[in-house]
Amino acid sequence: MTDSALARPAATRTATTGRKRDRMRGWALVPSVGFLLVVFLVPVSQLLWLSVVNAGGEFDFVHYERLFSSTLYVDVLSNTLKIALWTTIACLVAGYPVAYLLASVPPSSRSGLLIWVMVPFWTSFLVRSFAWMLLLGRDGVINQWLAALGVVEQPLKLMYNFVGVMVGMSHAMLPIAVLTMLSVMQSINPNLPKAASTLGAGTSHAFWRVYFPLSLPGVAAAGLLVFITSVGFFITPTLLGSPREMMIAQLIIIQIEEMLNWGFAGAISVMLLAAAFVIFYLFDRVLGMSALTGGATHGKTAAKKGLLGRLGAQAGRYFIACVSWAGWGIARAFAMIRKPRYDRHREQRMTARWVLGIAVIVFLALPSFFVVPLSFSENRFFGWPPRGFSLEWYEAYFNSPIWREATLRSVLVGLCTAALAVLLGTPAALFLSRQEFFAKTALMGFILSPIVLPNIIVAVALFYAYSHVGLIGTNIGLVLGHTVFTLPYVIITVMAVLKNYDHRLDQAAWTLGASRAATFRYITLPLIKTGLITAFLFAFVRSFDELTIALFISGGVATTLPRQMWSEALLNITPTLAAVSTLMLVFVAIVILLAEFIGRRSRRR
Amino acid sequence: MKSKLSIKNVWKSYGSVTALKETSLEVPEGEFLTLLGPSGSGKTTLLMALAGLILPDGGEIWIDGALATYAPSHERDIGMVFQNYALFPHLTIYENIAFPLRMRRMREAEIDRKVRNILEIVRLPHVAQRFPSELSGGQQQRIALARCTVYQPSIVLMDEPLGALDKKLRDQMQIEIKTLHNELKTTILYVTHDQEEAMSMSDRICLMNDGRIQQLGTPNDLYFTPNSIFTALFLGGANMLPVARKGRENGFDVYEGPGGGPIHVSPAERTPQPAAGDLSIMVRPEHIRLLANDEPAENSAQVRIRDSVMVGPVTRYFAELADGTDVTFTQLTVSPTRSASPGEVVRIGWAAARSVVLEGRSNGHD
Repeated sequence: MTDSALARPAATRTATTGRKRDRMRGWALVPSVGFLLVVFLVPVSQLLWLSVVNAGGEFDFVHYERLFSSTLYVDVLSNTLKIALWTTIACLVAGYPVAYLLASVPPSSRSGLLIWVMVPFWTSFLVRSFAWMLLLGRDGVINQWLAALGVVEQPLKLMYNFVGVMVGMSHAMLPIAVLTMLSVMQSINPNLPKAASTLGAGTSHAFWRVYFPLSLPGVAAAGLLVFITSVGFFITPTLLGSPREMMIAQLIIIQIEEMLNWGFAGAISVMLLAAAFVIFYLFDRVLGMSALTGGATHGKTAAKKGLLGRLGAQAGRYFIACVSWAGWGIARAFAMIRKPRYDRHREQRMTARWVLGIAVIVFLALPSFFVVPLSFSENRFFGWPPRGFSLEWYEAYFNSPIWREATLRSVLVGLCTAALAVLLGTPAALFLSRQEFFAKTALMGFILSPIVLPNIIVAVALFYAYSHVGLIGTNIGLVLGHTVFTLPYVIITVMAVLKNYDHRLDQAAWTLGASRAATFRYITLPLIKTGLITAFLFAFVRSFDELTIALFISGGVATTLPRQMWSEALLNITPTLAAVSTLMLVFVAIVILLAEFIGRRSRRR
Repeated sequence: MKSKLSIKNVWKSYGSVTALKETSLEVPEGEFLTLLGPSGSGKTTLLMALAGLILPDGGEIWIDGALATYAPSHERDIGMVFQNYALFPHLTIYENIAFPLRMRRMREAEIDRKVRNILEIVRLPHVAQRFPSELSGGQQQRIALARCTVYQPSIVLMDEPLGALDKKLRDQMQIEIKTLHNELKTTILYVTHDQEEAMSMSDRICLMNDGRIQQLGTPNDLYFTPNSIFTALFLGGANMLPVARKGRENGFDVYEGPGGGPIHVSPAERTPQPAAGDLSIMVRPEHIRLLANDEPAENSAQVRIRDSVMVGPVTRYFAELADGTDVTFTQLTVSPTRSASPGEVVRIGWAAARSVVLEGRSNGHD
């Protein structure tokens, strides 16, 4: 095609052929969009549809009537929202100093610190919850240390209550909050705080009036992501909470596992979605981005705002003014106590930033490692402290056909998922990063929706859909389900790599006589290879860790490693879980080092 | 006039690289001083040290009579225009300009008066409620100027402020900055690598090379009496003729030129007198003219024209002496026909006062 096009005189190549060719390249989107339509949109719509029809297929709001007939469901919903909200606040408050520290240190120190955020980020929620059970339990690490120090006489109740759930949830969501905020902070022009400084703003004013407002889009994105993930979360509340901390996702699981009530599960899902949307709407109205930044989201003259918005904006301005003058006052007070001298060389210190940041990083990275000594102990139960040394728990793991089979299946499903997601996602990412077209934003929204929609809803929807086509308990079913979640991540990762890719390289190759295929093979692919491998590893780990989908779809036959850990944890929690967790930690460390190694090697080029 | 800014032996190094060697500089009040130099010459390092955005390894910086070497930026009473303006994207133009005034805790009425006044001066009173991203590059540039002059700082520092603009807008902004400087009588320290910009705007130019000051003086000083081959070449086109000193004759210093012929030079105070080593004579292309057949000149030579290029107001001739030394000269373009055509042998001449003796050797450039 290229040859004939070149052979023709340029004048005869009309705009139509050009447009036709663009449309043809639009086929790159078909695999991923088609996949999401069939395996994501149709099942989810089906589930939501089931909530408004009765067994006879007629419109009926019977499920909703039941939902509101007792206070049980509304209570669980408000409980869910409360936990999700507090988790979001905790993650933003604790995550901000870490992201700020990471964004302000030189790149060499950054990669070292970042690893300690990445380790928990890649570590399974289950492993991390087990670690917290070990730390927070009645005879857990914390209580034993507090008793040894003589701080408490009676062990504190740190688990199976709100405190336990909050600690576990914050720990689970913190890495994603840090990474989201970091990406925005890194894009802030470093000259802006410097400019504020030359204009007379001290550290406090430069931070609160310039840096902080500019970092707010990251805070909002992190908040949204954490809130959405928390709202559909069930692992931590089940393991670290009591029935009083029951969340909506647990309720949905009960409806499906015990009663197979699809319509009612759909109705709960709708209630959950509706509540989440209302909260976002109110948040955006009152405390939204525009409020704190004093009128502009993207530096455009603000449109007319409602009363709520104006109030929010006013409050935001007062807040910024108050904190920045307060900080200024504190600095002045310090200066009066110890007069600063400007005749000596004094490096700018970032003590507060380091102390806060490192404290949170320790909170993030440390807990998981407590499972390691336990896995080598002779303890008969999952508790602290570890006694003696034995490898029996590793033997138990390696000798058990159930564990072996589950591990093998997880690896297989993970590899297939990663391969499928990369194969489907790469063409779409290539197309999306190069083409500007009508409704691109809407399409991106659709592609990202599987990670924005609470996982549990997708899992239930897939369970229902699969039950009609016989995919329950099959590896293919698991691979398809996991690909729904990993595909958006793959597309984002590859697009991020392509953002730094100079398209003139392709054009140069074309003018040098390379066909499109040859250009991709010899120019594009080698340059984006690192990104593809990262995306592959990421997809693999996400699938390897995935529990929600596996919980429903494995159907008790085709059990995966996280599924096996989950049932074991609910049934009888033994040190075997510590052994499995340790193996998973080692595995994650290897994957991170591998990704880091590949990244370094490509950067050297 | 008293010194607004005084720099004493300031230096800065990064590991084994010395970005700025010990440098001293005095800037009187109201002066427009340009730090000119190629990239890596230390000009930006010096500016950043003055702004307090990097801390020097040694030396002293005095601003307005106060020691400020290690003072934080916000306590230095300086204004700075950044390369890409660094306007705060989340604040309106009004709030951007009001920012330094709020930091100085002025009353709201005072702030309003000053902001409106400076917006009038930069001729953009209508953009107060817009955001920076809604302004053109030239407008953003003017707002950046307004923001750093509205509080009348002791010194305004400008880091290649016109680098992001196209040629036409740059020329226009040069005049605006000059006008603003005259109106507000501020002391300005301006960093650029563009010698034309430096010459058209500055009271004095501080030419930097390799981490130190190469030459400090008015644009005329640097252009007509450079103290080094580097200065001569950086400021404009220059022919470099390798010479050897011969003696004195009729009140001129006489040097032996490339073909063996004599070159006369008006004696200058600064003429280098090296015991050994190479010397060159620098002649600017526009100081050479074509001579009629037996027209007398203080210096003259026969050259063969290789090529000529008409670049609008002037025509540039590329020629060579009998021994092959390149000579470039320009003549005003007065008619479509060239005064000399390729292959032709012509006589050229220049005044003894326009021959500058410099140490070292170099191929000229234009």
